[in-house]
Amino acid sequence: MLKFIKHHLTNISHVEIYPIISFLIFFVFFAAVIYWVIRSSKEEMDKLANIPFDKK
Amino acid sequence: MTKMERFSYDNAIVRNFMYATVVWGIIGMLVGLTIALQLVFPVLNFADFATFGRIRPLHTNAVIFAFVGNGMFAGIYYSLQRLCKARMFSDALSSINFWGWQLIILSAVATLPLGITTSKEYAELEWPIDLGITVIWVLFGWNMFGTIIKRREEHLYVAIWFYIATFVTVAVLHLVNSFAIPVTLFKSYSWYAGVQDALVQWWYGHNAVAFFLTTPFLGLMYYFVPKAAMRPVYSYRLSIVHFWALIFLYIWAGPHHLLYTALPDWAQSLGVVFSIMLIAPSWGGMLNGLYTLRGAWDKVQEEPILKFMVVALTSYGMATFEGPLLSLKEVNAIAHFTDWIVAHVHVGGLGWNGFMIFGMLYWLVPRIYATNLYSKPLANAHFWLGTLGIAFYAIPMYWAGFMQSAMWKEFTSEGVLAYPNFLQTVTEMRFLYMLRAFGGFMYLCGAIIMAYNLAKTVAQGSLIANEEAESAPLQVANHTGDHWHRWIERKPIQMMVLSLVVILIGGLVELVPTFLVKSNIPTIESVKPYTSLELEGRDLYIKEGCSNCHTQMVRPFRSETARYGEYSKAGEFVYDHPFLWGSKRTGPDLHRIGGKYGHSWHYRHMLDPELTSPGSIMPKYDWMFERTLDISNTAAKINAMRAIGVPYPEGYENNVEAEMKAQASKIAADIENELKQDGVKVKPDAEIIALIAYLQRLGTDIKIKNE
Repeated sequence: MLKFIKHHLTNISHVEIYPIISFLIFFVFFAAVIYWVIRSSKEEMDKLANIPFDKK
Repeated sequence: MTKMERFSYDNAIVRNFMYATVVWGIIGMLVGLTIALQLVFPVLNFADFATFGRIRPLHTNAVIFAFVGNGMFAGIYYSLQRLCKARMFSDALSSINFWGWQLIILSAVATLPLGITTSKEYAELEWPIDLGITVIWVLFGWNMFGTIIKRREEHLYVAIWFYIATFVTVAVLHLVNSFAIPVTLFKSYSWYAGVQDALVQWWYGHNAVAFFLTTPFLGLMYYFVPKAAMRPVYSYRLSIVHFWALIFLYIWAGPHHLLYTALPDWAQSLGVVFSIMLIAPSWGGMLNGLYTLRGAWDKVQEEPILKFMVVALTSYGMATFEGPLLSLKEVNAIAHFTDWIVAHVHVGGLGWNGFMIFGMLYWLVPRIYATNLYSKPLANAHFWLGTLGIAFYAIPMYWAGFMQSAMWKEFTSEGVLAYPNFLQTVTEMRFLYMLRAFGGFMYLCGAIIMAYNLAKTVAQGSLIANEEAESAPLQVANHTGDHWHRWIERKPIQMMVLSLVVILIGGLVELVPTFLVKSNIPTIESVKPYTSLELEGRDLYIKEGCSNCHTQMVRPFRSETARYGEYSKAGEFVYDHPFLWGSKRTGPDLHRIGGKYGHSWHYRHMLDPELTSPGSIMPKYDWMFERTLDISNTAAKINAMRAIGVPYPEGYENNVEAEMKAQASKIAADIENELKQDGVKVKPDAEIIALIAYLQRLGTDIKIKNE
């Protein structure tokens, strides 16, 4: 059954590019997130983490 | 020195939502206990409005939208004001949000037991209520963004990101999935059919779990766990990765609900891959919560609030480990359609959502009533009753799941099914269902003890309706040279747009191929639209909630084709608005039921299931034998179906009455003939005849007919 549906999916033009695009979006996105997290300073992070607590 | 601004936090709205979550929680759990007991004692299906099929959706809706929904609003309304150092944008909007939400819940309570339902799980409410949800949700978002914009704290704390993502994504999910064509005020047909409808539904269903039951509660976790433990979150860096990874990955995983179904393989594999990847952010978040308690474990021993939160986080970890596991095809083949899934969702619902709300309430109520908790021992008793309740609920259900699956799939050495009668696999579960009901009862008792404890706390304190606060106004600072993510963090609208883009990528990549396939779904020439009588019968099937216990999806396994017949093909469902594949087999699959038995078998079975199947736990449907089928909307239904692409010939709607009468009298005559010796008199215009017409049609389009 799955074979015969897959056959129809291959009829979508350029379907093979779907997984490649998905992977690229995924990879670039996470590289960016990791990059900014590593770059951010410790003091800044501590400041943000303390927002729920009233600064007296 | 900047001048401090004085303002007040609105605690009255927080109180309202807290009351609502407690009251609805108890009602929702009570309905849950009732349906659990109905599976042991079918006699409890005492009236049409109280059958399992009608009130199981009431349980799920009450628990998800009333209990968890109100709890979520209580937590958001409390924490958002503090995190923004500002009162809610508009007291009027807060109030409309509260009363509007309660009105939606009441309309669910009024309509679901009457069988007014779309049959799409967790989206059962009919279109006028759907519109109401849309309006209230938008007003909630407006109020939230208004508050964020007038805030006095420059940065948006991570909890707020989760709230924003919740708002945006739930809006998108609700709009896309609720697309339907109205027939009357209380009846509509899903815009999508068959495979597409199933994909959209489970894209919605899965992400409702993600963005209604998970992301808002992660936001609450990032606020209330640090507050309760009196120390900042373990790693703020981790929380950033947690947020983006979670909202990015979650949206892709929906198709894992449809493995081995007629859904394209490509989409199934995509769903599996992303489900596995989801372990990383889920566990990152859980560990971030648990590590926040580092150095505070001595407090956990004596503080029931922290105990609730630790069990909530642990349940979250268990459920999010189990989820990806269940999405593996090999595991899914065992677990799908069984009670294993019921156990899985209850670990999440009772453990993660329930315990998070309980912990939050025990922390919040004394604070806004300026008093101490009435009784810590009672809170501890609640904790132990609840925890044991979860265990008593989940363990028998896991056991039942394994047993069902094993019995469904077992072959004898001769190569035939070891349990050819499905009923045998049901009656074996009775004791386990009993234990499960006991677990639910314990959990409910705990919640009632909490209600008492909180009521006493409220009585000994007095509400600080407007809590005075002061803060420096927001400074417009020069941020050139800042890191670019700071720019996003400070701007709620950017945050919302980016969240929207992130979830749309996943949504589109998942949905688009299947919609492109729409024109490519192999049409099967012999598959024809339902006759008007069958269509009415199908609507009765929806009304009675049959799909809560019966699937219509024979998977391509030897054990299923041996039991039910030919496996289901995508092309067989092209006229199914909505799809009725179901998600749980408490009773057998019905996709190939058509023609399996004579009309009289169905007639007797529906009158009293024990006549044909001794020991059956199915309710009796005796009222369907008395009630005359309502055909006043049949023509409108045909027109609506035609409008969404079902090829009924022009003018067909004008002759439906005669056609229905002919088909019904033939069925009635057959039944009378088959039951001649009993002298049964059949009412040809009764609802039951339409239902039998539908059941006998099911799955027959591609059968080779002997003519």
